[in-house]
Amino acid sequence: MTPDLPTIWHWLDEVPDPEIPVISVVDLGIVRDVAWQGDTLEVAVTPTYSGCPATSVIAMDIETALYDRGIRNVRIKTQIAPPWTTDWLSDKGRAKLADYGIAPPSPAGGPDTCPRCGGTHLTRISQFGSTPCKAHWRCDDCLEPFDYFKCI
Amino acid sequence: MTDQSALFEYLLRLGDNTLVLGHRVSEWCGHAPVLEEDIALANSALDLIGQTQMWLGLAGEVEGAGRSADDLAMLRDVWDFRNLLLVEQPNGDFGQTLMRQCLFDAFHLELLTDLTRASDDRIAAIAAKALKEVTYHLDRSSETVIGLSDGTEESHRRMQAALDLLWPYVGEMFTPDAVDNAMHAAGIAPDLTALRTRFDTRIDAILAEATLTKPDSTYAQSGGKTGFRHSEHLGHMLTQMQWLQRAYPGATW
Repeated sequence: MTPDLPTIWHWLDEVPDPEIPVISVVDLGIVRDVAWQGDTLEVAVTPTYSGCPATSVIAMDIETALYDRGIRNVRIKTQIAPPWTTDWLSDKGRAKLADYGIAPPSPAGGPDTCPRCGGTHLTRISQFGSTPCKAHWRCDDCLEPFDYFKCI
Repeated sequence: MTDQSALFEYLLRLGDNTLVLGHRVSEWCGHAPVLEEDIALANSALDLIGQTQMWLGLAGEVEGAGRSADDLAMLRDVWDFRNLLLVEQPNGDFGQTLMRQCLFDAFHLELLTDLTRASDDRIAAIAAKALKEVTYHLDRSSETVIGLSDGTEESHRRMQAALDLLWPYVGEMFTPDAVDNAMHAAGIAPDLTALRTRFDTRIDAILAEATLTKPDSTYAQSGGKTGFRHSEHLGHMLTQMQWLQRAYPGATW
């Protein structure tokens, strides 16, 4: 029996992002489309940053997860238009990021509050952080550094 | 020159600019003055290499000879590269690297903005993706150029020296040739004269805030994007970048 698309989306929502494993690839907004083409499942994936080294790992993780669920023919299609935006992060994903200690993206161009103590006196240390999608900030209330998910 | 061969050449220019600059910037990895800058440089390099995969991937597709982005990056010799002379210039000190970055970013941002409206959807899509990253690059490089130039006497002196050294490489970005004209006629590439005006507006504002003096010369070095004559530096860089494929041809990861 061919699994229906909502079931497949649910399975994909259990595939963690390899760099930030608390959120799924669906939370991240990089799975753009899932469709059956005959007996092949085509999954359209968009990269976050064009040079993100996690992209090929994500494609492999998606294929493996679907294979484990019994889907034998999977085709991962890279789709670059429209370009990925942090607007596609799910609300669930944003909440999980904050719980994990990464301030979620904010259109204001910087984090609202410290993900550790909730402090609001924040200083940007570097526009870039431990992965292409993050910047490095510090909370001047608790003095802890933290990652901020860049808003693009 | 057919439209198809002009398109191939044009895509090589786009991809070779990001490849060569990406590699140059990556040379800082582990050597930057502070950890945060090291990470910032490595991340910028990564964006540029990612963009290279898209541009050279498309170039290979357009060429139709079965060459992949990797083949084009690793198996061509110096005379087949089509990057601007600016991006192959050595890193120099940290200030010189950031000055080179700022000059290129200001050009790159305006170029990509126009390419998002290219008549070829594949080019428009890559440009839209890259533009987001490059907007961020220019924010950082311009801020750093301003900070260092309007800093101490020593940092100001170094930034002015970097600008004086690199300024003769700016003109090549805006000097159209047969490839640029063919791509402009095809509705893909922008009019470089109009682009220059926008570049000047941006750069003049940055240099003014940076308290730097723009060199009073329009002399432009040329020969990079046509491949006619690269500077001596590119060949040396390729011996590092392509070392593995030269020592072990056909090696795969």
